[in-house]
Amino acid sequence: MSATTEPSAARDPAPDGKPNPLFRNLSAKFASIPMIITALVVFVGGTIWTIVYSFTNSKLLPRTNFVGFDQYERLWSTRRWMVSIENLAIYGICSLILTLVIGFTLAALLDRKIRFENTFRTIFLYPFALSFIVTGLTWQWILNPDFGLQNVVRNWGWESFTFNPLNDPDTVIYGILIAGIWQGSGLIMCIMLAGLRGIDEDIWKAARVDGIGTVKTYLRIILPMMRPVIITSLVLIASGIIKLYDLVVAQTNGGPGIASEVPAKYVINYMFRAQNLGQGFAASTMMLLSVIIILIPWAYLEFGGRKRG
Amino acid sequence: MADTILNPVAEARGPRPKKAFSRANIFIYGTLLLVSVYYLLPLYVMIVTSFKGMPEIRLGNVFGPPLEPTFQPWVKAWAEACTGINCDGLSRGFSNSVKILIPSVTLSILIASVNGYALANWKFKGSETFFTILIIGAFIPYQTMLYPIVIMLREIKLMGSIWGLVLVHTVFGMPILTLLFRNYFTSIPDELFKAARVDGAGFWGIYFKIMLPMSLPIIVVAIILQVTGIWNDFLFGVIYTKPDTYPMTVQLNNIVNSVQGVKEYNVNMAATLLTGLVPLVIYFISGKLFVRGIAAGAVKG
Repeated sequence: MSATTEPSAARDPAPDGKPNPLFRNLSAKFASIPMIITALVVFVGGTIWTIVYSFTNSKLLPRTNFVGFDQYERLWSTRRWMVSIENLAIYGICSLILTLVIGFTLAALLDRKIRFENTFRTIFLYPFALSFIVTGLTWQWILNPDFGLQNVVRNWGWESFTFNPLNDPDTVIYGILIAGIWQGSGLIMCIMLAGLRGIDEDIWKAARVDGIGTVKTYLRIILPMMRPVIITSLVLIASGIIKLYDLVVAQTNGGPGIASEVPAKYVINYMFRAQNLGQGFAASTMMLLSVIIILIPWAYLEFGGRKRG
Repeated sequence: MADTILNPVAEARGPRPKKAFSRANIFIYGTLLLVSVYYLLPLYVMIVTSFKGMPEIRLGNVFGPPLEPTFQPWVKAWAEACTGINCDGLSRGFSNSVKILIPSVTLSILIASVNGYALANWKFKGSETFFTILIIGAFIPYQTMLYPIVIMLREIKLMGSIWGLVLVHTVFGMPILTLLFRNYFTSIPDELFKAARVDGAGFWGIYFKIMLPMSLPIIVVAIILQVTGIWNDFLFGVIYTKPDTYPMTVQLNNIVNSVQGVKEYNVNMAATLLTGLVPLVIYFISGKLFVRGIAAGAVKG
């Protein structure tokens, strides 16, 4: 990511010396056509198109019948959307904190020059190779009240044991959270571990000479030094949270009722199932807005003061 | 570590003899083992469930190993499980996924490597601007671009077809792959490029004769990244294909979460494992390269 900000490397390609600048470097321009089309037509064009049409009352087909902010007013007065936002907030905050804490703790433990480091790392990271669909279906099975974890503990003799998050509207989002953290925390551990390995050995020597304990050294000295790594992790987790969709579809399909709906699912339901395009466009524009709100402070922290290349 | 705090001088006298069972070590290994259980349990449960018969599952011990191991659930998941009216199992989804995967991976890597090469060695006016837009585009939620792409695919008559999905994967893989290749080509010594220019090689000559053969390591990383990413995709598959061309993930979800009929948990788990097998095999074979791939692909989120 940092590479995008590097001042353009001092390797101006050999100019052909032809008079017309438009035809200079023609092959490169020709070869870049797919990139230019993707960037301008799909990314910029598609996004602007969606934003513009979110102000229309399009139903089954997109129409240019502009109705101002009607779709947004309806969006924010729809209970399903409010539930989605609330779920995303709970999932988001919990997932951010837990993933960071688990990721950093595991990375710190693996950093203690232990044996079998590769084995442990392989174990913590393998869920990341699996799709959200596989993750969701697996945890749906483990959390199944009749056959899963709850039943096993009851069979051990604890008759009143209750652990059935997926069937209770109040706790369903935490059931999804368990699966989400299982899938994603290995990646953050890996990034944190790379960050820890980048820290100078001398820091540890100095801390030891000063008689600072291991845990305290991690929390007071190493953690503040890892700021860039932590910010990158935060952006990664946050952009993953907003995209949360497949996991919910596989694990609960939004249920029970609408208790585990999320914004990404709301958008797709309205666009492709309920045939209410305008609502879908408005909801997706709100998603875009939230990404911008997250990214601007980050971009400011990362690139603030420096000129972009 | 407690003794270090109490007596820092002892530390300075040279390497301490290693104690295998210090309190710190017990804490570290204990925690790691406990956490490993949380990570490994689902895989274990999937495997044992998929080898049990339904009567054994109804007994209710998900953690118990299968008493009478049977391959029947795997056979059924592969060849007989039903989605709607089709009852030919996951095999169709598997072949669709392969048909989607191979052209998507090839096309996206080919285009991205040429892009990266142009950006690194043949900058032209505006090339950096397009690249910046491309990278910012990677952060836009897919939802804002889903419908415009439906319209575009309809226009070129590819909506619902495998090639339409291939194009979508190529487009959305482009930011990260272009970044990967651009950074790699920028790190190749400039002299090599200049020497080739002096010898009269042009844009494509240098690309095919020098840059492409040299970029083998990064191509491997890109392949790992794209194969796992595209295989695991659900969102694009469910939107841009139709039931005949559904990729494996979509078909899996339809099989497991179908409302009709008795739930066959063993078949479901076998199907889930079958779908997860491809990325898992890649993960265990590629090892460190996978970590490099996801560290780069992490941008994609």
